Amino acid sequence: MSEVSLVVNGRKVSGAVEDRTLLVHFLREHLGLTGTHVGCDTSQCGACVVHVDGKAMKSCTMLAAQASGSTITTIEGLANGADLHPVQAAFKEHHGLQCGFCTPGMIMTATDMIRRHPEGLDDATVRAELEGNICRCTGYHNIVKAILAASKTMSKASRSKAKKAA
Amino acid sequence: MYSVNYHRATSVADAVKKIKTGDAKYLSGGMTLIPAMKTRLAAPSDLVDLNHIADLKGIKVSGKTVTIGAATTHFDVAKDEKLKKVCPALSALASHIGDPAVRHRGTIGGSVANNDPAADYPSALLALGATVVTNKRQIAADKFFKGLFETALKDDEVVTAITFTAPAKAGYAKFPNPASRYAMTGVFVTKGKEGVRAAVTGAGDDGVFRSREIEAALAKKFEASALEGVSVPSKNLMADMHASPEYRANLVVVMAKRAVMAANA
Repeated sequence: MSEVSLVVNGRKVSGAVEDRTLLVHFLREHLGLTGTHVGCDTSQCGACVVHVDGKAMKSCTMLAAQASGSTITTIEGLANGADLHPVQAAFKEHHGLQCGFCTPGMIMTATDMIRRHPEGLDDATVRAELEGNICRCTGYHNIVKAILAASKTMSKASRSKAKKAA
Repeated sequence: MYSVNYHRATSVADAVKKIKTGDAKYLSGGMTLIPAMKTRLAAPSDLVDLNHIADLKGIKVSGKTVTIGAATTHFDVAKDEKLKKVCPALSALASHIGDPAVRHRGTIGGSVANNDPAADYPSALLALGATVVTNKRQIAADKFFKGLFETALKDDEVVTAITFTAPAKAGYAKFPNPASRYAMTGVFVTKGKEGVRAAVTGAGDDGVFRSREIEAALAKKFEASALEGVSVPSKNLMADMHASPEYRANLVVVMAKRAVMAANA
Protein backbone atom coordinates (compact mmCIF):
# COMPACT_ATOMS: atom_id res chain seq x y z
CA MET A 1 0.00 0.00 0.00
CA SER A 2 1.09 3.56 -0.69
CA GLU A 3 0.04 6.73 1.01
CA VAL A 4 -0.67 9.24 -1.77
CA SER A 5 -1.41 12.92 -1.45
CA LEU A 6 -2.30 15.21 -4.31
CA VAL A 7 -4.04 18.47 -5.04
CA VAL A 8 -7.06 17.67 -7.21
CA ASN A 9 -9.06 20.59 -8.64
CA GLY A 10 -7.62 22.84 -5.96
CA ARG A 11 -8.47 20.52 -3.09
CA LYS A 12 -5.85 18.65 -1.05
CA VAL A 13 -6.65 14.95 -1.01
CA SER A 14 -4.86 11.91 0.34
CA GLY A 15 -5.49 8.24 0.81
CA ALA A 16 -3.96 4.82 1.13
CA VAL A 17 -4.09 2.89 -2.14
CA GLU A 18 -2.77 -0.39 -3.46
CA ASP A 19 0.43 0.40 -5.36
CA ARG A 20 -1.09 -0.94 -8.58
CA THR A 21 -3.99 1.54 -8.42
CA LEU A 22 -4.15 3.58 -11.59
CA LEU A 23 -4.57 7.33 -11.27
CA VAL A 24 -7.90 7.15 -13.12
CA HIS A 25 -9.25 4.62 -10.61
CA PHE A 26 -8.08 6.77 -7.72
CA LEU A 27 -9.94 9.75 -9.21
CA ARG A 28 -13.10 7.84 -10.01
CA GLU A 29 -13.40 5.37 -7.17
CA HIS A 30 -11.64 7.02 -4.25
CA LEU A 31 -12.59 10.62 -4.98
CA GLY A 32 -15.87 9.99 -6.84
CA LEU A 33 -14.73 12.17 -9.76
CA THR A 34 -16.35 10.06 -12.47
CA GLY A 35 -16.08 12.71 -15.18
CA THR A 36 -12.75 11.20 -16.22
CA HIS A 37 -13.58 8.12 -18.29
CA VAL A 38 -11.89 4.82 -19.03
CA GLY A 39 -12.41 4.07 -22.70
CA CYS A 40 -9.94 1.66 -24.27
CA ASP A 41 -7.79 1.01 -21.19
CA THR A 42 -4.84 0.53 -23.60
CA SER A 43 -3.55 4.15 -23.66
CA GLN A 44 -4.93 4.89 -27.11
CA CYS A 45 -8.32 6.59 -26.83
CA GLY A 46 -7.63 9.54 -24.52
CA ALA A 47 -10.98 9.46 -22.66
CA CYS A 48 -8.96 9.46 -19.41
CA VAL A 49 -6.87 12.57 -20.13
CA VAL A 50 -6.35 14.86 -17.12
CA HIS A 51 -3.78 17.57 -16.45
CA VAL A 52 -0.90 16.54 -14.21
CA ASP A 53 1.11 19.58 -13.12
CA GLY A 54 -0.44 21.47 -16.01
CA LYS A 55 0.22 18.93 -18.77
CA ALA A 56 -2.24 16.58 -20.48
CA MET A 57 -1.58 12.96 -19.54
CA LYS A 58 -3.43 9.67 -19.75
CA SER A 59 -4.58 8.81 -16.24
CA CYS A 60 -5.12 5.15 -17.21
CA THR A 61 -1.40 4.82 -17.93
CA MET A 62 -0.08 6.14 -14.68
CA LEU A 63 -0.15 4.84 -11.13
CA ALA A 64 -1.73 6.97 -8.43
CA ALA A 65 1.56 6.49 -6.54
CA GLN A 66 3.50 8.00 -9.47
CA ALA A 67 1.24 11.05 -9.33
CA SER A 68 1.60 11.56 -5.58
CA GLY A 69 2.75 15.11 -4.88
CA SER A 70 1.29 16.42 -8.14
CA THR A 71 -1.43 18.92 -8.88
CA ILE A 72 -4.23 17.43 -10.96
CA THR A 73 -7.03 19.09 -12.88
CA THR A 74 -9.92 16.95 -14.10
CA ILE A 75 -12.95 17.89 -16.19
CA GLU A 76 -14.79 18.71 -12.95
CA GLY A 77 -12.19 21.37 -12.15
CA LEU A 78 -12.42 23.40 -15.37
CA ALA A 79 -15.61 25.40 -14.97
CA ASN A 80 -15.69 28.46 -12.75
CA GLY A 81 -18.79 27.72 -10.66
CA ALA A 82 -21.78 27.82 -12.99
CA ASP A 83 -19.74 29.44 -15.79
CA LEU A 84 -18.47 26.92 -18.28
CA HIS A 85 -14.80 27.05 -19.27
CA PRO A 86 -14.48 28.60 -22.79
CA VAL A 87 -13.61 25.16 -24.22
CA GLN A 88 -16.68 23.59 -22.61
CA ALA A 89 -18.83 26.45 -23.86
CA ALA A 90 -17.45 26.03 -27.38
CA PHE A 91 -18.18 22.28 -27.37
CA LYS A 92 -21.77 23.12 -26.36
CA GLU A 93 -22.14 25.90 -28.92
CA HIS A 94 -20.66 23.91 -31.84
CA HIS A 95 -22.20 20.58 -30.90
CA GLY A 96 -18.77 19.05 -30.36
CA LEU A 97 -20.20 15.94 -28.80
CA GLN A 98 -22.59 13.17 -29.70
CA CYS A 99 -22.68 10.36 -27.12
CA GLY A 100 -20.34 12.39 -24.90
CA PHE A 101 -18.13 9.53 -23.75
CA CYS A 102 -14.88 10.90 -25.20
CA THR A 103 -15.79 14.51 -24.36
CA PRO A 104 -13.99 14.92 -21.00
CA GLY A 105 -10.72 13.70 -22.56
CA MET A 106 -11.27 15.80 -25.69
CA ILE A 107 -11.83 18.93 -23.61
CA MET A 108 -8.80 18.31 -21.37
CA THR A 109 -6.64 17.68 -24.46
CA ALA A 110 -8.07 20.76 -26.17
CA THR A 111 -7.38 22.99 -23.17
CA ASP A 112 -3.77 21.78 -23.05
CA MET A 113 -3.42 22.24 -26.82
CA ILE A 114 -4.71 25.83 -26.72
CA ARG A 115 -2.33 26.63 -23.84
CA ARG A 116 0.63 25.34 -25.87
CA HIS A 117 -0.37 27.30 -29.00
CA PRO A 118 -0.90 30.89 -27.85
CA GLU A 119 -0.18 31.97 -31.43
CA GLY A 120 -3.45 30.33 -32.49
CA LEU A 121 -4.47 27.06 -34.10
CA ASP A 122 -5.45 25.87 -37.54
CA ASP A 123 -7.45 22.87 -38.69
CA ALA A 124 -4.41 20.71 -39.53
CA THR A 125 -2.70 21.41 -36.19
CA VAL A 126 -5.85 20.59 -34.21
CA ARG A 127 -6.28 17.32 -36.06
CA ALA A 128 -2.63 16.36 -35.56
CA GLU A 129 -2.82 17.26 -31.87
CA LEU A 130 -5.95 15.09 -31.47
CA GLU A 131 -3.87 12.05 -32.41
CA GLY A 132 -4.34 10.50 -28.98
CA ASN A 133 -8.09 11.08 -28.62
CA ILE A 134 -10.60 8.85 -30.33
CA CYS A 135 -14.30 9.70 -30.84
CA ARG A 136 -16.19 6.53 -31.69
CA CYS A 137 -19.16 8.55 -32.93
CA THR A 138 -16.56 9.93 -35.39
CA GLY A 139 -17.78 13.44 -34.67
CA TYR A 140 -14.42 15.05 -35.36
CA HIS A 141 -15.61 17.91 -37.58
CA ASN A 142 -17.51 19.63 -34.80
CA ILE A 143 -14.85 18.83 -32.21
CA VAL A 144 -12.26 20.57 -34.40
CA LYS A 145 -14.66 23.47 -35.00
CA ALA A 146 -15.24 23.84 -31.24
CA ILE A 147 -11.52 23.81 -30.44
CA LEU A 148 -10.77 26.44 -33.10
CA ALA A 149 -13.57 28.64 -31.77
CA ALA A 150 -12.41 28.23 -28.16
CA SER A 151 -8.85 29.07 -29.16
CA LYS A 152 -10.07 32.34 -30.73
CA THR A 153 -12.24 33.23 -27.73
CA MET A 154 -9.41 32.56 -25.32
CA SER A 155 -6.79 34.53 -27.24
CA LYS A 156 -9.25 37.46 -27.54
CA ALA A 157 -9.86 37.28 -23.79
CA SER A 158 -6.15 37.25 -23.00
CA ARG A 159 -5.53 40.13 -25.43
CA SER A 160 -8.19 42.32 -23.84
CA LYS A 161 -6.84 41.40 -20.43
CA ALA A 162 -3.36 42.47 -21.56
CA LYS A 163 -4.81 45.70 -22.93
CA LYS A 164 -6.51 46.46 -19.65
CA ALA A 165 -3.27 45.77 -17.79
CA ALA A 166 -1.43 48.15 -20.13
CA MET B 1 -2.41 -5.65 -13.33
CA TYR B 2 -0.85 -8.01 -10.80
CA SER B 3 0.07 -6.62 -7.43
CA VAL B 4 3.28 -4.60 -7.38
CA ASN B 5 5.31 -2.59 -4.86
CA TYR B 6 6.11 0.97 -5.85
CA HIS B 7 9.35 2.68 -4.79
CA ARG B 8 10.33 6.25 -5.63
CA ALA B 9 14.07 6.72 -6.12
CA THR B 10 15.57 9.99 -4.95
CA SER B 11 18.94 9.54 -6.68
CA VAL B 12 20.63 7.14 -9.09
CA ALA B 13 22.44 5.49 -6.15
CA ASP B 14 19.12 5.08 -4.36
CA ALA B 15 17.58 3.53 -7.50
CA VAL B 16 20.42 1.02 -7.80
CA LYS B 17 19.92 0.06 -4.16
CA LYS B 18 16.16 -0.33 -4.55
CA ILE B 19 16.35 -2.39 -7.75
CA LYS B 20 17.77 -5.27 -5.73
CA THR B 21 14.32 -5.84 -4.15
CA GLY B 22 12.63 -8.95 -5.57
CA ASP B 23 12.09 -9.04 -9.32
CA ALA B 24 12.16 -5.26 -9.69
CA LYS B 25 12.07 -3.14 -12.82
CA TYR B 26 12.97 0.50 -13.40
CA LEU B 27 10.02 2.72 -14.28
CA SER B 28 10.62 5.90 -16.26
CA GLY B 29 7.70 7.46 -18.18
CA GLY B 30 5.85 4.15 -18.04
CA MET B 31 4.33 4.60 -21.49
CA THR B 32 5.25 1.02 -22.40
CA LEU B 33 5.75 -0.64 -19.03
CA ILE B 34 2.41 0.32 -17.47
CA PRO B 35 0.36 -0.91 -20.48
CA ALA B 36 2.46 -4.10 -20.52
CA MET B 37 1.72 -4.63 -16.83
CA LYS B 38 -1.99 -3.97 -17.36
CA THR B 39 -2.14 -6.74 -19.97
CA ARG B 40 0.09 -8.90 -17.73
CA LEU B 41 2.78 -9.15 -20.39
CA ALA B 42 5.09 -7.81 -17.68
CA ALA B 43 4.69 -8.60 -14.00
CA PRO B 44 7.57 -7.18 -11.96
CA SER B 45 7.26 -7.59 -8.18
CA ASP B 46 8.58 -4.06 -7.62
CA LEU B 47 8.87 -0.81 -9.56
CA VAL B 48 11.63 1.72 -8.98
CA ASP B 49 10.46 5.12 -10.27
CA LEU B 50 13.29 7.14 -11.84
CA ASN B 51 11.10 10.08 -12.71
CA HIS B 52 11.85 12.16 -9.63
CA ILE B 53 15.64 12.19 -9.97
CA ALA B 54 16.49 15.76 -10.95
CA ASP B 55 19.96 14.79 -12.26
CA LEU B 56 18.37 12.70 -15.01
CA LYS B 57 16.45 15.59 -16.57
CA GLY B 58 17.40 18.28 -19.03
CA ILE B 59 19.30 18.95 -22.23
CA LYS B 60 22.78 20.44 -22.52
CA VAL B 61 24.21 21.67 -25.79
CA SER B 62 27.80 22.86 -25.88
CA GLY B 63 29.10 23.55 -29.36
CA LYS B 64 28.08 20.44 -31.27
CA THR B 65 28.01 18.18 -28.23
CA VAL B 66 24.52 17.28 -27.06
CA THR B 67 23.72 15.56 -23.77
CA ILE B 68 20.15 14.59 -22.97
CA GLY B 69 19.26 13.35 -19.48
CA ALA B 70 17.58 9.95 -19.53
CA ALA B 71 14.38 11.13 -17.83
CA THR B 72 13.84 13.99 -20.30
CA THR B 73 10.43 13.65 -21.90
CA HIS B 74 9.79 13.50 -25.64
CA PHE B 75 7.92 16.79 -25.27
CA ASP B 76 10.96 18.49 -23.74
CA VAL B 77 13.28 17.06 -26.41
CA ALA B 78 10.91 18.28 -29.13
CA LYS B 79 10.64 21.86 -27.85
CA ASP B 80 14.27 22.51 -26.78
CA GLU B 81 15.50 25.51 -28.77
CA LYS B 82 19.24 24.77 -28.41
CA LEU B 83 18.74 21.23 -29.70
CA LYS B 84 16.60 22.51 -32.61
CA LYS B 85 19.56 24.63 -33.71
CA VAL B 86 22.16 21.84 -33.78
CA CYS B 87 20.07 18.75 -34.56
CA PRO B 88 16.52 19.61 -35.68
CA ALA B 89 16.04 16.05 -36.97
CA LEU B 90 16.03 14.71 -33.42
CA SER B 91 13.55 17.40 -32.28
CA ALA B 92 11.28 16.49 -35.19
CA LEU B 93 11.55 12.79 -34.38
CA ALA B 94 10.56 13.43 -30.75
CA SER B 95 7.61 15.58 -31.83
CA HIS B 96 6.09 12.63 -33.70
CA ILE B 97 6.32 9.92 -31.03
CA GLY B 98 2.90 8.66 -29.92
CA ASP B 99 0.54 11.55 -29.14
CA PRO B 100 0.83 14.74 -27.04
CA ALA B 101 -0.17 13.03 -23.77
CA VAL B 102 2.38 10.26 -24.37
CA ARG B 103 5.08 12.81 -25.20
CA HIS B 104 4.40 14.58 -21.91
CA ARG B 105 5.38 11.45 -19.98
CA GLY B 106 7.50 9.14 -22.14
CA THR B 107 11.26 9.56 -21.81
CA ILE B 108 14.28 9.06 -24.06
CA GLY B 109 16.02 6.83 -21.50
CA GLY B 110 12.95 4.62 -21.14
CA SER B 111 12.56 4.28 -24.89
CA VAL B 112 16.21 3.41 -25.40
CA ALA B 113 16.35 0.91 -22.51
CA ASN B 114 13.15 -0.77 -23.73
CA ASN B 115 14.48 -1.02 -27.32
CA ASP B 116 11.12 -1.70 -28.94
CA PRO B 117 11.89 -2.85 -32.51
CA ALA B 118 9.49 -0.18 -33.81
CA ALA B 119 10.51 2.69 -31.52
CA ASP B 120 11.92 5.85 -33.12
CA TYR B 121 14.85 6.75 -30.84
CA PRO B 122 17.01 3.62 -31.41
CA SER B 123 17.40 4.51 -35.11
CA ALA B 124 18.44 8.06 -34.19
CA LEU B 125 21.04 6.87 -31.69
CA LEU B 126 22.49 4.36 -34.11
CA ALA B 127 22.66 6.82 -37.01
CA LEU B 128 24.08 9.60 -34.81
CA GLY B 129 26.72 7.24 -33.43
CA ALA B 130 25.48 8.29 -29.99
CA THR B 131 26.75 7.06 -26.65
CA VAL B 132 24.47 5.67 -23.96
CA VAL B 133 25.74 6.77 -20.55
CA THR B 134 24.84 4.59 -17.58
CA ASN B 135 25.65 4.67 -13.88
CA LYS B 136 28.56 2.31 -14.65
CA ARG B 137 29.98 3.05 -18.09
CA GLN B 138 29.55 4.53 -21.55
CA ILE B 139 28.20 2.26 -24.29
CA ALA B 140 28.38 3.08 -28.01
CA ALA B 141 24.97 2.78 -29.72
CA ASP B 142 26.59 0.26 -32.11
CA LYS B 143 27.09 -2.08 -29.15
CA PHE B 144 24.00 -1.12 -27.15
CA PHE B 145 21.07 -2.45 -29.20
CA LYS B 146 21.21 -6.24 -29.09
CA GLY B 147 17.92 -7.39 -30.62
CA LEU B 148 14.19 -7.31 -29.88
CA PHE B 149 13.79 -5.53 -26.53
CA GLU B 150 17.40 -6.57 -25.76
CA THR B 151 20.18 -4.17 -24.87
CA ALA B 152 23.68 -4.34 -23.41
CA LEU B 153 22.32 -3.13 -20.04
CA LYS B 154 22.92 -5.29 -16.99
CA ASP B 155 19.97 -5.94 -14.65
CA ASP B 156 20.75 -3.16 -12.18
CA GLU B 157 22.24 -0.71 -14.67
CA VAL B 158 20.49 2.66 -15.15
CA VAL B 159 20.67 4.75 -18.30
CA THR B 160 21.54 8.24 -17.08
CA ALA B 161 22.04 10.18 -20.34
CA ILE B 162 22.40 10.05 -24.10
CA THR B 163 25.22 12.00 -25.68
CA PHE B 164 26.30 12.64 -29.27
CA THR B 165 28.05 15.07 -31.56
CA ALA B 166 25.57 16.77 -33.86
CA PRO B 167 26.41 15.87 -37.48
CA ALA B 168 26.45 18.38 -40.33
CA LYS B 169 23.24 16.86 -41.68
CA ALA B 170 20.56 14.60 -40.26
CA GLY B 171 17.03 13.61 -41.22
CA TYR B 172 14.35 11.15 -40.17
CA ALA B 173 11.27 9.82 -41.92
CA LYS B 174 8.87 7.15 -40.80
CA PHE B 175 5.87 5.36 -42.16
CA PRO B 176 3.70 5.12 -39.07
CA ASN B 177 1.35 2.23 -38.52
CA PRO B 178 -2.06 3.87 -38.95
CA ALA B 179 -3.36 2.46 -35.65
CA SER B 180 -0.44 2.38 -33.22
CA ARG B 181 1.65 5.15 -34.82
CA TYR B 182 4.76 3.07 -34.18
CA ALA B 183 7.12 3.06 -37.15
CA MET B 184 6.27 0.32 -39.64
CA THR B 185 9.58 1.46 -41.08
CA GLY B 186 11.59 4.49 -40.06
CA VAL B 187 14.98 5.60 -41.38
CA PHE B 188 17.37 8.06 -39.74
CA VAL B 189 20.24 9.28 -41.94
CA THR B 190 23.24 11.38 -40.97
CA LYS B 191 26.21 12.87 -42.78
CA GLY B 192 29.06 13.83 -40.52
CA LYS B 193 32.84 13.80 -40.25
CA GLU B 194 32.92 10.02 -40.24
CA GLY B 195 30.72 9.67 -43.29
CA VAL B 196 27.16 8.62 -43.85
CA ARG B 197 25.11 6.45 -41.51
CA ALA B 198 21.58 5.16 -42.09
CA ALA B 199 19.72 3.29 -39.37
CA VAL B 200 16.39 1.52 -39.83
CA THR B 201 13.74 0.89 -37.20
CA GLY B 202 10.43 -0.95 -37.40
CA ALA B 203 11.62 -3.25 -40.17
CA GLY B 204 14.36 -5.58 -38.93
CA ASP B 205 13.29 -8.87 -37.34
CA ASP B 206 16.15 -8.43 -34.89
CA GLY B 207 15.46 -4.79 -34.14
CA VAL B 208 17.19 -1.62 -35.29
CA PHE B 209 20.02 -2.01 -37.86
CA ARG B 210 22.23 -0.03 -40.24
CA SER B 211 21.50 -0.45 -43.93
CA ARG B 212 24.77 -0.92 -45.83
CA GLU B 213 22.98 -0.52 -49.19
CA ILE B 214 21.52 2.87 -48.26
CA GLU B 215 24.82 4.03 -46.72
CA ALA B 216 26.86 2.99 -49.76
CA ALA B 217 24.52 4.83 -52.15
CA LEU B 218 24.39 7.98 -50.02
CA ALA B 219 28.16 8.00 -49.49
CA LYS B 220 28.51 8.63 -53.24
CA LYS B 221 26.00 11.46 -53.21
CA PHE B 222 23.90 12.59 -50.25
CA GLU B 223 20.77 13.16 -52.34
CA ALA B 224 17.47 11.29 -52.73
CA SER B 225 18.34 10.71 -56.38
CA ALA B 226 21.30 8.56 -55.30
CA LEU B 227 18.78 6.03 -53.98
CA GLU B 228 17.00 5.55 -57.33
CA GLY B 229 17.17 1.87 -58.23
CA VAL B 230 18.78 0.88 -54.93
CA SER B 231 17.24 -2.21 -53.42
CA VAL B 232 17.47 -3.49 -49.88
CA PRO B 233 17.29 -7.25 -49.29
CA SER B 234 14.07 -8.43 -47.64
CA LYS B 235 15.92 -11.22 -45.84
CA ASN B 236 15.80 -10.68 -42.05
CA LEU B 237 13.03 -8.12 -42.32
CA MET B 238 9.88 -8.38 -40.21
CA ALA B 239 6.70 -10.03 -41.44
CA ASP B 240 3.43 -9.32 -39.65
CA MET B 241 -0.23 -8.65 -40.42
CA HIS B 242 0.63 -5.10 -41.46
CA ALA B 243 3.39 -5.66 -43.99
CA SER B 244 5.50 -8.34 -45.67
CA PRO B 245 9.32 -8.26 -45.63
CA GLU B 246 9.30 -7.23 -49.31
CA TYR B 247 6.97 -4.32 -48.59
CA ARG B 248 9.19 -3.19 -45.72
CA ALA B 249 12.31 -3.51 -47.91
CA ASN B 250 10.71 -1.08 -50.34
CA LEU B 251 9.68 1.21 -47.47
CA VAL B 252 13.30 1.37 -46.28
CA VAL B 253 14.32 2.95 -49.59
CA VAL B 254 11.30 5.28 -49.71
CA MET B 255 11.78 6.45 -46.12
CA ALA B 256 15.54 6.86 -46.71
CA LYS B 257 14.77 9.17 -49.65
CA ARG B 258 12.41 11.26 -47.52
CA ALA B 259 14.92 11.34 -44.66
CA VAL B 260 17.67 12.63 -46.99
CA MET B 261 15.34 15.27 -48.38
CA ALA B 262 14.55 16.37 -44.82
CA ALA B 263 18.28 16.42 -43.98
CA ASN B 264 19.04 18.60 -47.03
CA ALA B 265 16.06 20.92 -46.55
